[in-house]
Amino acid sequence: MAQKLKFDHVAVGEQIPALTVDNVSRIDFVRYAGASGDFVPLHYDQTFVEAVGIPTVFAQGMFTAGLLSRCLTDYAGIGQVRRFKVRFTTRVWPGDTITCKGKITRKYREDGEGRIEGDLEATNQKGELAVKGAFVAAVE
Amino acid sequence: MADKSAIGRTGEPFTMPIEWGKVREFARAIKDPNPAYFDPELARREYGGVPIPVTFLMTSAFWQDERSMPAVQFDLGRVLHGEQEFELLKPIYVGDVLTGVTRVADVYEKPGGRGGVMTFTVLETRYTNGKGEQVAVARSVILETGQTVNSA
Repeated sequence: MAQKLKFDHVAVGEQIPALTVDNVSRIDFVRYAGASGDFVPLHYDQTFVEAVGIPTVFAQGMFTAGLLSRCLTDYAGIGQVRRFKVRFTTRVWPGDTITCKGKITRKYREDGEGRIEGDLEATNQKGELAVKGAFVAAVE
Repeated sequence: MADKSAIGRTGEPFTMPIEWGKVREFARAIKDPNPAYFDPELARREYGGVPIPVTFLMTSAFWQDERSMPAVQFDLGRVLHGEQEFELLKPIYVGDVLTGVTRVADVYEKPGGRGGVMTFTVLETRYTNGKGEQVAVARSVILETGQTVNSA
């Protein structure tokens, strides 16, 4: 579990193993609202969203970004991420299946440690990009 | 409208204790079963303490108030969370008590769709730990669209 990536064993172009989360649900959005303190009603209040012309509630961008961060820490290890940046593109709806993955784009040394840099993405079952991300992580 | 005069506006410092219950709850919410968040013994052995998930500082929402948030006027029907970034400079563990300071780092405009203009506001929060070390920087980019969010 605490296995760290080794600088010499990581290659530019390497894929980060994909993480798939099936059937995200309203319960997930409510749980994230309570855990994070993001109580924007667009993510759990059906009456509210219908009143503003949106068919159903949809996920907080940071819920999906959280799934993406887990994909990254599963690969790079806990405590190794130095930078994590996300941009929200397409909404995630109840019932969507989200696939998180990434790729190493650069390997270098900085601040006395080996580092990798890469791209991340979370897509829905139609292949549409929901969250686009970038990261820097330390390796041994 | 882009209110450039908001740049540099800074809220009062706020205190954010890092609590195990909240870390567990947050890890569950992002579907991360890593035992580091759930087993303090293992976490101490392997990481030197119970660590926080990469995006955990979003929970500063529970510790911020109107005094710690720099005053920025938003039209709530037109705002979206566009981007989020975390720089994690030093380890943060359960039991740490962080101090955060939020400021308006930037305000700028870009052409949006349908001839509208989008306004981007960058809110930056810098966190220090009890030893006075800077441990993290969080940046949120808030977008304000030219029309209401659901028609965008």
